[in-house]
Amino acid sequence: MKDAFGLPQSLLVLGGTSEIALATARRLVARRTRVVWLAGRPSPALETAAEQLRAVGADVHTVAFDALDPDSHEAVLGKVFAEGDIDLVLLAFGVLGDQAHDERDPAAAVRVAQTNYTGAVSAALVSARALQTQGHGSLVVLSSVAGERARRANFIYGSSKAGLDVFAQGLGDALYGTGVHVMVVRPGFVRTRMTAGLPQAPLATTPEAVATAIELGLRRRSETVWVPGALRLVMSALRHVPRAVFRRLPL
Amino acid sequence: MSCFKNNRSHKGDTVADMPASTPPGTVPVRTTVTGWGRTAPTAARVVRPRTYEEAAAAVRGCGSRGGIPRGLGRAYGDAAQNAGGFVLDMTGLDRIHAIDADGGTVLCDAGVSLHRLMEVLLPLGWFVPVTPGTRQVTVGGAIGADIHGKNHHVSGSFSRHVLSFELLTADGEIRTVGRGTPLFDATAGGMGLTGVILTATVRLLPVDTALMSVDTERATDLDDLMARLTATDHRHRYSVAWIDLLARGAATGRAVLTCGDHAPLDTLPARARRRPLDFRTPRLPSAPAFLPEGLLSRTTVGLFNELWYRKAPRARTGELQRISSFFHPLDGVPHWNRVYGRGGFVQYQFVVGYGREDALRRIVRRISEHRCPSFLAVLKRFGEADPGWLSFPLPGWTLALDIPASLPGLGALLDQLDEEVAAAGGRVYLAKDARLRPELLAAMYPRLDDFRDLRAKTDPRGVFVSDLSRRLAL
Repeated sequence: MKDAFGLPQSLLVLGGTSEIALATARRLVARRTRVVWLAGRPSPALETAAEQLRAVGADVHTVAFDALDPDSHEAVLGKVFAEGDIDLVLLAFGVLGDQAHDERDPAAAVRVAQTNYTGAVSAALVSARALQTQGHGSLVVLSSVAGERARRANFIYGSSKAGLDVFAQGLGDALYGTGVHVMVVRPGFVRTRMTAGLPQAPLATTPEAVATAIELGLRRRSETVWVPGALRLVMSALRHVPRAVFRRLPL
Repeated sequence: MSCFKNNRSHKGDTVADMPASTPPGTVPVRTTVTGWGRTAPTAARVVRPRTYEEAAAAVRGCGSRGGIPRGLGRAYGDAAQNAGGFVLDMTGLDRIHAIDADGGTVLCDAGVSLHRLMEVLLPLGWFVPVTPGTRQVTVGGAIGADIHGKNHHVSGSFSRHVLSFELLTADGEIRTVGRGTPLFDATAGGMGLTGVILTATVRLLPVDTALMSVDTERATDLDDLMARLTATDHRHRYSVAWIDLLARGAATGRAVLTCGDHAPLDTLPARARRRPLDFRTPRLPSAPAFLPEGLLSRTTVGLFNELWYRKAPRARTGELQRISSFFHPLDGVPHWNRVYGRGGFVQYQFVVGYGREDALRRIVRRISEHRCPSFLAVLKRFGEADPGWLSFPLPGWTLALDIPASLPGLGALLDQLDEEVAAAGGRVYLAKDARLRPELLAAMYPRLDDFRDLRAKTDPRGVFVSDLSRRLAL
């Protein structure tokens, strides 16, 4: 059960090697979380992540999960929920793709969309139903500031996150009053493996800062969290910049 | 999206806020439920049995996520919530069956409130044996949390005055449970997890009047306060101190100490003597449903505390006060818990034994250094403990304080205080708890294993479950 400050005792991470998710898990394990499920494609990285969390005192299980195989989600996640209540589901998987390459390789672009959007839709719906049966729990969805407005430099990734973001908002409204809380997290540029080698955007942040914002959002039962918080203002201004100007901006 | 349809009746509001005109009845109503602190809402199906048969049917039909009885929802944390399962709203069982006006006992349903008992019993010259800071608790809840009052040093906790009760257990049977049995001791303080109390026989306290004779004095700091409480409280049936936890430096722990007794008839002025047992309860307008957060900040609470302390007389004796203003000042403002805004608040109450004043001093200093904006902090001395296995009071000092849940760093601070409390052989009160770490529970409640064993035997399928029992693995 979550405590008065929204801190979960059990955590399911979808995308178990995500740096943001692991930073969040470390933070939550330091406070209340005892049971962690890391769902992801079986890999040494997933086992390393599990070991790291075990080292800080969590009871960690790994489970084979593939975002690109939605047909398996019901069975895979059903098994996790059958083991006991999950207080927090952190939907953290996603791929950035390579915009320049993917524009020429539609199949690769579709894989980005399928991972970030349709895979997430499936996993979120399966998780949401299980949480609703429990009558409690939070579903935290890692969206992105890239989904707020299309940018020339990453609109394939951005469009997938835009879809996910709207989906998660609607899901949150659908679940209002069921005891299930859906929180959309919109980080800006986060310095991780996924963004290594990319030019750093302004207001860049770290996985640890996102984790801190998630913990605060859980306490406040927030519905939307921007990281850093200043992005909320910046993006609400940028939303209204005319297209002709926006496409010339060095973003 | 049909799989997310739900027949929520009231926009995710709490049970306490449901309009009185639509009692849930025996058809379960799916709604979100919180404790009085309004933190950690979870969804449950709420049923309101009106008869013992309906209650038994509800218990038998609880399903895999179980059920938990709920009274008037004054437990601060998650004790009367059950995510995904059933919550039995017991306020529908509200009959007073028999009053022995000579012997001073009452037999009533578990859903009868202490307020109702006072209305009925005071004109007959009887008072409830123990009352907490609110009259809006049920008899069932009073036993389930084994509540205490300002008279704990004299009268012990509520269960000491309970002669017997009828308990609806997990098998759907009704058992009469008498004092001195394991089931009695597990249920007193057992947070509703041993079964649903249906009726109880409670021994009453004779009184001459419905007024209190109150002595008030100020204490300049914590040591002064402890000395005064130790010196005076055996002379009075009731005693408690309001403590200013925002005061720092030399004034740390400054307080207003109030001691009271039921006023004898001859101390009343002539007019009041004509109808000495009139029970009057002033009622102010309800707190509005939506209040901004941060209303209770360090500044506003600091100002309030300063005024409250200055307003109190340095020393005054024999002031006559109504029962409602002496015991239950906050009951005058319905829904006062809303002043903390939608983030809600946490109440922290612990006890440390006599001889562990060092721990109490350290904890008070830490709270004061953290600048917790608490306008409702009370310190009291407990007397002898009662046998309830999870009953909270033990002989020693108890401090209770309300803190907005949004206060930065609060979770970590309270975790550190828990460690202090546990190391000093003390414990925190489960009826107030919404955040204790399960690892510390066994150290605080040495009879926890007995409680778990009894539950495993009497409720093997785990019919009685609450968010509290899930969180703390009770």
